[in-house]
Amino acid sequence: MARTRTLLALGIIVLFVLLAVFAGQIAPFDPFQGGQEGLKPPGSPGHLFGTNHIGQDILSQILYGARISLAVGVSAALSASLIGAVVGSLAGFFGGWVDGALMRLSEFFQVLPRFVLALVIVAFFGSGTVKLIVVLAILSWPQTARLARAQILSLRESTFVEAARLSGMRAPAIILREILPNALAPIVIVGSLDIASAILLEASLSFFGLGDPNQVSWGFMLNLAQAYLRQAWWMALFPGLAISAVVLSFNLLGDALNDVLNPRLRESA
Amino acid sequence: MWRYILKRLAQAFPLVLGVVIFNFTLIQFAPGDPVTALVGDYPATEEYVRQVRSDYGLDKPVPERLALYLGQLARGNLGFSFANRMPVGELIIQRLGPTLMLMATALSLALLIGIPLGISAARSRGRLSDWVAQVGALAGYSVPDFWMGQILILIFAVGLAWLPSQGMRSARSSATGLEATLEVLPYLILPAIALSFRYVALLSRITRSAMLDALGADYVMGARAKGLSERRVLIAHVLRNAALPIVTVIGYNVGLLIAGSALIETVFSWPGVGRLLFDSISKRDYPVMTAILMMVSITVVSANLLTDLVYAALDPRVRIAR
Repeated sequence: MARTRTLLALGIIVLFVLLAVFAGQIAPFDPFQGGQEGLKPPGSPGHLFGTNHIGQDILSQILYGARISLAVGVSAALSASLIGAVVGSLAGFFGGWVDGALMRLSEFFQVLPRFVLALVIVAFFGSGTVKLIVVLAILSWPQTARLARAQILSLRESTFVEAARLSGMRAPAIILREILPNALAPIVIVGSLDIASAILLEASLSFFGLGDPNQVSWGFMLNLAQAYLRQAWWMALFPGLAISAVVLSFNLLGDALNDVLNPRLRESA
Repeated sequence: MWRYILKRLAQAFPLVLGVVIFNFTLIQFAPGDPVTALVGDYPATEEYVRQVRSDYGLDKPVPERLALYLGQLARGNLGFSFANRMPVGELIIQRLGPTLMLMATALSLALLIGIPLGISAARSRGRLSDWVAQVGALAGYSVPDFWMGQILILIFAVGLAWLPSQGMRSARSSATGLEATLEVLPYLILPAIALSFRYVALLSRITRSAMLDALGADYVMGARAKGLSERRVLIAHVLRNAALPIVTVIGYNVGLLIAGSALIETVFSWPGVGRLLFDSISKRDYPVMTAILMMVSITVVSANLLTDLVYAALDPRVRIAR
C-alpha cells in the first residue's frame, strides 16, 4: 500500500507540473480576461469550472495558479535546504563557537512564528514572487540545518572521513564530497515536506492579499471567493482542492521517502 | 527540578530579548516617515517637525532609541495605533478574549478527537482502517485551514442554514451574563472545528506512532507477563509513556494554532487578534502589526519553555541528564 501511495503522490505532482508548464496551451482563456457576465456556474458553455464575479475563467486561473504555487514552493524549499545544509555542515564540522553561534541563530529562527512573521515582513516591504521565495526560505532553513548538523556530527568520526583527512583532503572538500552525500537522505525528506509547507504558506499569504499582485494564485482566488460564498461555491471549491491535492502529494512523498530511505524506521513509523 | 527550571529560563531569556530587538529593527524599517504618520500630510513647519522628532526621540542615536523602546515595553506601552486612535496594548487586550476562547475550544476538540483516533489506529495497525486513518490524517494536515472554514460555511451555513457563519453574536442581541455566553456557542462551532482540523490530524498521527513505540517496549511485555489486564497495560504503561511525545507536539505547535486562528478569524469575521492583524495589514497600521508579531513570538517562546518543563516533570531522565 505504501507503493500505491507513492505512485499516487508522484502522479499528482507530475500532473500539476505538466499543467503548470503547459498552462498557456491548455487554458481555454487568458486568466485575467473578464467577461460580460460574472458568476457563471460550473458546466456553463466554455467554462468547465465556472467563472468568478468579473467573469474570469476559474479553470484557466487554476492552471496559471499552479505555476506560482509550484515555483514558490519548490524554489523556497530548495533554497531553505541549501542554506540549512551549509549552515548545518559548518556547525557540525567546525564545532566550538561556530557551532554554538549558528545553533543559537537557528533556534531563534525556529521559535519565530513563521506565518505571522512572513505576513509582517511582506506587509512592510511589499510582495512579489522573488520576495516571497526569499522570505519563505529564510524562515524555513533551521530544521534542515539541525538535521545536517546531527548527521555530520555522527559522520565526522567515521573511518572514511578519517581516511579522507589523512589523504590530505581539505575541510570544504571533505564536507562536499564525503560527508554531505551520506547525509543527504534526511535532508531530501525534510525538503519534500518543506515544499508542502511553503505552498501552504504562500497560499495563506495570498489569501491575506499579500501574494504577488501580478500573478494568479490559488490563495488569492480563495480571498476573492470569501466575498461570494453565498452566491458562488465554485469560486472556493476548486482552488482549495488544487492546494490540498498538491500539498498532500508532497507530504505523501516525504512520508514515502522516509520509509524508503530510512529502512530502520519502517517498522515503527 | 528547580535547577532545571532556572536553566531553561536562562536559555529562554536571550530568545525573548532577540525577539524584542528584532521587532525594534523592523520598526526602524517601517515604510513611510514616522513624522508624516504623526502630523499627517499637512505641510508642517520645520520647527514643528523638529519638535515632533525630539518629542518622540527620533533624533537620538539608535542605541538610545532601543533603550527608550525597552523602557516603554517594560511599562507595558506597545505603541499607538493611529488607524484606531487608541493605544495598541488596549486594542489587543480587547481582542484577546475571543481569540483565546476560539483557540481553547479548538485545542480541546483536537484532544478529544485526535488522541482516541490515534489510539484506535495504533490498535488496528496494518489493517485497512489504520491505513485510512493514516492517509486521512495526512490529508487533514494538508488541507489549508482557512479553506476548510469556507467549506464548512458552504455546507452548514449556506447549504443547510444550521449555523451562523459571521461574527460572534447577533447584532440585535442585548443579552448579558450567562445568556450572552451561551449565545456565542452557535457562532463558535464552525470556526473551532475549522481551526482544530490540522491539530486533530497532527495529534492522531503522533499518538499512533507514540503508542506503537510504547506497545513494542520491554516494560509492556513485562506488564503483560505480570498478568495485568490489557486495559490496565494500555492506561498505566502505554499511554503514560506515549504522553511525552504528545505533550511535545501540542506545545511546539502553538505557533501553528496562532497562525491558523489569524486565518480562521478572517474567514468567520471573529473579532479576535487575528482579525485585528488582518485589518491592520489593510490599514497599513504598522505599530499594531509589530506588536502582534512580538506578542505571538513571546507566546511561542513561553509555550516551548512550558512544554520542556512539563516534559521534565513527566520524565525525570530529562532533568537529570541536562
